[in-house]
Amino acid sequence: MSEPILSLAGVTKSFAGVRALVKGEIDLYPGEVTALIGENGAGKSTLVKILTGVHHADGGDIRFNGEPVHIGSADNAGRLGISAIHQEAVVFDDLSVAENIFVTDRPRKRGMVDWATMRERARVILAELDPRIDPRMPMRQLSVAQKHLVQIARALSNEARIVIMDEPTAALSHREVEELFTIVRRLKAEGRAILFISHKFEEIFDVADRFAVFRDGAAVGQGLIRDVSRDQLIAMMVGRSVDQVFPKTVVPIGEELFHVAGLSRGEEFADVSFGLKRGEILGVYGLVGAGRSEVMQAIFGLTRPDHGEINLEGRSLKIRAPEDAIGAGIAYVPEDRQIQGGILRFPIASNIALPSLSHLSHRGFMRRADERALAEDYVTQLQIKTSGVGQRLEELSGGNQQKVVIAKWLATNPRVLIMDEPTKGIDVGAKTAVYRLMGEIVARGLGIIMISSELPEVMGLADRILVMRRGRLRATFTRAEATPESIVKAATDA
Amino acid sequence: MPKIFGARRGLPHEVGLGLLTLALLALVTIAFPRFLVIDNLKSLVDDTALLIMLAVGEMFVLLTRGVDLSVAANAALTGMVVALFNAHYPGAGILPVIVIAIVMGAALGLFNGFLVWKVRIPSIVVTLGTLSVYRGCVYLVSGGAWVNSGQMSPFFLSFVRFPILGISVLSWIGLLVAVLAFLFLRFTIAGRNLYAAGNNPNAAGYAGIDVGRMQCLAFVLSGAIAGLAGYLWVARFAVAYTDVASGFELQVIAACVIGGVSITGGVGGVVGVVIGGLFLGIIKNALPVVGISPFFQMAVSGFVITVAVILNAGSYRKNHGRKILERAEASS
Ligand SMILES: Nc1ncnc2c1ncn2[C@@H]1O[C@H](COP(=O)(O)OP(=O)(O)OP(=O)(O)O)[C@@H](O)[C@H]1O
Ligand SMILES: [Mg+2]
Repeated sequence: MSEPILSLAGVTKSFAGVRALVKGEIDLYPGEVTALIGENGAGKSTLVKILTGVHHADGGDIRFNGEPVHIGSADNAGRLGISAIHQEAVVFDDLSVAENIFVTDRPRKRGMVDWATMRERARVILAELDPRIDPRMPMRQLSVAQKHLVQIARALSNEARIVIMDEPTAALSHREVEELFTIVRRLKAEGRAILFISHKFEEIFDVADRFAVFRDGAAVGQGLIRDVSRDQLIAMMVGRSVDQVFPKTVVPIGEELFHVAGLSRGEEFADVSFGLKRGEILGVYGLVGAGRSEVMQAIFGLTRPDHGEINLEGRSLKIRAPEDAIGAGIAYVPEDRQIQGGILRFPIASNIALPSLSHLSHRGFMRRADERALAEDYVTQLQIKTSGVGQRLEELSGGNQQKVVIAKWLATNPRVLIMDEPTKGIDVGAKTAVYRLMGEIVARGLGIIMISSELPEVMGLADRILVMRRGRLRATFTRAEATPESIVKAATDA
Repeated sequence: MPKIFGARRGLPHEVGLGLLTLALLALVTIAFPRFLVIDNLKSLVDDTALLIMLAVGEMFVLLTRGVDLSVAANAALTGMVVALFNAHYPGAGILPVIVIAIVMGAALGLFNGFLVWKVRIPSIVVTLGTLSVYRGCVYLVSGGAWVNSGQMSPFFLSFVRFPILGISVLSWIGLLVAVLAFLFLRFTIAGRNLYAAGNNPNAAGYAGIDVGRMQCLAFVLSGAIAGLAGYLWVARFAVAYTDVASGFELQVIAACVIGGVSITGGVGGVVGVVIGGLFLGIIKNALPVVGISPFFQMAVSGFVITVAVILNAGSYRKNHGRKILERAEASS
């Protein structure tokens, strides 16, 4: 058996009293993919940040090819050949795609930045990931998923011996994930060690050779993937067994609640029409970049459609800005929760209460106690891991931040709830909790529009499934009609 | 593969601003042909060269999400010091004068940068303080006295005026600073990291870029340029005193903002700043020619600056949306 290239033992890290890592242990082997799994807040990203020199470990032992090393800075990590795709999008919006890829190591000629080579190399790497991305484009123009792809390209650009991927597939759909896995297998064949973090078990069993499980900051198991089952992994992760993953509540479907007719906007989407009934969960499937989020942003008033009608309960709505949509009872849980969803510097309680302030205030004054009570209720329901509702959002783990943003919109009691990738980055246990809450919402006669790139989720939860491709609706399936093949075909067939 | 993005990228912001500046020049010239008189143009170019130099320095700081309010005070102090040096060592020649100006300016910039980087005080607070400190130092070193042209040696005064191809050395230096700054920002790793640090400090940290160090570097560059401008200023106007370039930092920042440098960091470039400086210079020089009273001049130039800034901000906010629909379908 080969020796691990990187080996961690007893690594610890605390943030102002919060113990993020208690016993970080993992071994990475050249030519193998090791999956790191654990609930939201288990300490996975903290470990990644220690390995990439963003954080310093408080204690513990890190060995590189058997030699103890001190990482300490991003430069040192780079010298050891450690490269990472971080969970949050760490990109430069006003720099070009090419420069974003090569930001740590720009190609040079006689000491000067060699733009031509940089673009060319970027083009070659992007050709495999998404040929539609032009290396000269400013990053700002890319979708969330494409920004993720650029970060993947960044990790591939240098000759990294250890590639770390912290939830790289969270924003990607089926096909992009396949493409990513092709690349992962190639990296493996080239003898690189890969650390792969994901909450999706299909992916872990598809791509990983080994696993390591963290619970509450401590390693609770390591081994070979072929020796374990999904249920065993889950049991290690949560310390108990988790039942049914898609608890579909059967709700009687009522009359039409919401209707969109002929919605078009510029070159984003055209002629989108659909209805939503009371008690219905409407799934919207498509490849990344199909225009699904753009349609929802237009409905919510974040952008203005060129044409089209929006009706709620038979009344035509004039939505000019998100306030109008919120006032009418439409809520939107955005896909990019870091940028669009929450105020990172604010405490959890304020974040959750923000769009519901009018219910919580009395004659213009906030009622703090109600704000806390509301927040605490959702923290329990969604199993948000935090030291208290006064903690700042930026201090939560990625998955727990997602939950706060979901809670914030659920708390507005919307009539129509639009959720863009609702379970992105959320662990198994909390996923079930989100699904159950969605069931409770529709049981009250409300409607949910759920954008999702996860086929099992769409098929498991939606009563009806719309499929978008290239800015247009291409197909509609009822729950009974839908098969994975037919949905994927509608999403990809040209 | 169909190309979805990048098919039609908007014209760069500099083109619009350049056209606006040309239109302004044409307008003024049509109304007052006297404006295009050679002497007037020369003084316009010389004035503007100083503004552009200082604005280029300021741009470095703005790019890293800071602001340098001390540039004009730095220029005044450095200008006074080199004028006194020249008065004491009239035979030293031009080279020591320029070296002293640059090194001293850079040192004053380093002081700002150090406080921002290591002591972590916001740049607006730091430079609001050093703005007064540096001005106070002018008074200290000069004892409040003026250094007049009579006390300056001939080389000190004539160097900046010496014409090459009909253009003064002063203007050539302004051009040289702009070109060097352009090359630095476009082709060096440090220059690119300056953009990255200002565009997203968090992401820059992940990429191993020391944001504080980049901010400090920006202040040193800004200070070095301000120091050099200090000598040029004092030599051009043939006098050094406490209030040299008093309040000029506001025009410098205005030139940057008109030129498309974002106050929130990471966006902007030398070309825009140069055009922004020209735009402002034309207005400043045109108003007296037009014969507007000095009090009204301030209001008019303020108004024009505001309009230019608003036009500018608008061009950033425009959201064109992405191109998702197939080309053939978009038109249907
Ligand atoms: N800067 C910080 N300040 C305070 N606490 C922090 C900070 N960063 C992380 N933590 C805490 O450390 C713990 C581990 O977080 P980490 O981000 O490593 O979790 P994770 O396993 O990556 O979870 P997820 O699956 O949600 O991404 C969490 O409880 C989190 O609140
Ligand atoms: Mg994480």
